[in-house]
Amino acid sequence: MSLHVDIRKRLGSFVLESAFEQDGGVLGLLGASGCGKSMTLKCIAGIEKPDEGRIVLDGRVLYDSAARVNLPPQQRQVGYLFQNYALFPNMTVRQNIAVGLYKEKDRRKRERELEDAIHLFQLDGLENHRPHQLSGGQQQRVALARIWVNRPQLLMLDEPFSALDSHLRLRLQMELKERLSAFGRDVLMVTHSRDEAYHMCGRIAVMESGKIKIVKETKELFADPESICAASITGCKNIASARKIGEYEVEVPDWGIRLTTAKPVRDDVTAVGIRAHYFNTKTLQNRADVVYAGEMEEPFEVSVRFRWVGQRADTEPLLWRVSKEKRGQQFPTALGVAPVNILLLHA
Amino acid sequence: MDWYPLWNSLRIAAISSILVFFLGIFCAYYASKLPRLIKGILDVALTLPMVLPPTVCGYFLLLVFGVKRPVGQFLMQYGIKFVMTWYGGVLAASVVAFPLMYRTARGAFEAVDKNLGYSAQTLGRSNIWIFWRVRMPACRQGISAGCVLAFARALGEYGATSMLIGYTPGRTATISTTVYQLWRTNDEQGAMMWVMVNMAISAVVLLTVNLLEERQKKAVKS
Repeated sequence: MSLHVDIRKRLGSFVLESAFEQDGGVLGLLGASGCGKSMTLKCIAGIEKPDEGRIVLDGRVLYDSAARVNLPPQQRQVGYLFQNYALFPNMTVRQNIAVGLYKEKDRRKRERELEDAIHLFQLDGLENHRPHQLSGGQQQRVALARIWVNRPQLLMLDEPFSALDSHLRLRLQMELKERLSAFGRDVLMVTHSRDEAYHMCGRIAVMESGKIKIVKETKELFADPESICAASITGCKNIASARKIGEYEVEVPDWGIRLTTAKPVRDDVTAVGIRAHYFNTKTLQNRADVVYAGEMEEPFEVSVRFRWVGQRADTEPLLWRVSKEKRGQQFPTALGVAPVNILLLHA
Repeated sequence: MDWYPLWNSLRIAAISSILVFFLGIFCAYYASKLPRLIKGILDVALTLPMVLPPTVCGYFLLLVFGVKRPVGQFLMQYGIKFVMTWYGGVLAASVVAFPLMYRTARGAFEAVDKNLGYSAQTLGRSNIWIFWRVRMPACRQGISAGCVLAFARALGEYGATSMLIGYTPGRTATISTTVYQLWRTNDEQGAMMWVMVNMAISAVVLLTVNLLEERQKKAVKS
């Protein structure tokens, strides 16, 4: 169970340079739309041909420009769940799943496997429906069942939840997560949602304009994104340039404050990030006076915009997300941030 | 009453529709995969017979297949003669009807979600299987529309047909050339009879199309 990818492909002025390794578990490809995530999947599946590089799955060479190997998609044994699920509209649910089941020659075994898959993916009673009669979640299950019976060596999911209503997403994420761990092979998942990536993926590769910037364990990535792009893609709302002024201290000119950090500051630090949840009314470290600059109310939380008192006038206000109780009636005059929550970012 | 023109028209239209069906789909399938520039040039060449006057098509056909032309003479060695024969009518009708099939089929192929083909490929299915079981059914409506148009056009073909195969009663006469010939020789009753026959066939064709469409709609709903 291992996947090795190192490919380059030029598309006009856009250059895709995708290189990563995966060894079991779910790897998320996280990035803004149009950054080359889906193109990476298509190259692995053999739908698109890279200009050069190598793709090796479980020791099998799928693509190698130097050795002139380029297996057709049919021989790659790579399952691909498309964003729109790509169910065949002229076939019923049962026929759709059976498309993935042609390798088994024994008709009775095939039937049994088909029944098992229908049952496993909770499609009982829908066997004779056509795709357009199904809900988004049911369509996703049919597409997964079709891949499942095909027994691929690698499963790739392209934005699996983007076609679903938002109220269904969380439940289906849990459901899919269980299925993926039962699948027991490498899984690649493309997403632009940091929440999805956090729920589903053991490791995350951050992509920006065609390049993989960083690959890390999910929790580590969120705790220490290292780069500005990884910080903003993992949802850090407050980022400003900074310079080192002490072993554990940086100065942030735009915000007009100095921040103490828990980790030693590297010489090449270029910016700091503070997640919107990490401001606190009671914390005494990194505390400064603030000015209220508006807010947006959500069902259980409030997004408050504020400025540091010493902040430069031409810079954006900061964002603080807090539960309604903690926000209180009176807007606080000062906010603090624990040193451990200061993200140190490098170029 | 000589029913030969009816029989001749029907076999010319049927055979040329079948030819055009395969040829049009073949060309459309490969054209839809070509880069834009080549596709544009090919498109013009393949669609030309639709916009040219049928007599001009007939003229070109005579230029190529005329008995004194190189191709015509070459074919004569094997006993194949497209001039003044009923299967020359098949050639004329095919050339004129081809663009209708080609264009509707190409539009249909290009409208099919590409992911359908890709997902079948990643499931290991052969490209031929995908063509017949996924792509063709997905654009069934466009292709059957193309077939009907091509059949109707082939059945009504007059210009190129009269240029290439002329009008010989009992040998090359079709409904449309017969109508003209009878009207020219002041046999108005005979001409009217064949007009009625033609209208009846057209009505049956259109009814069949509507019936098929309705059945498809029902199949989608249930």
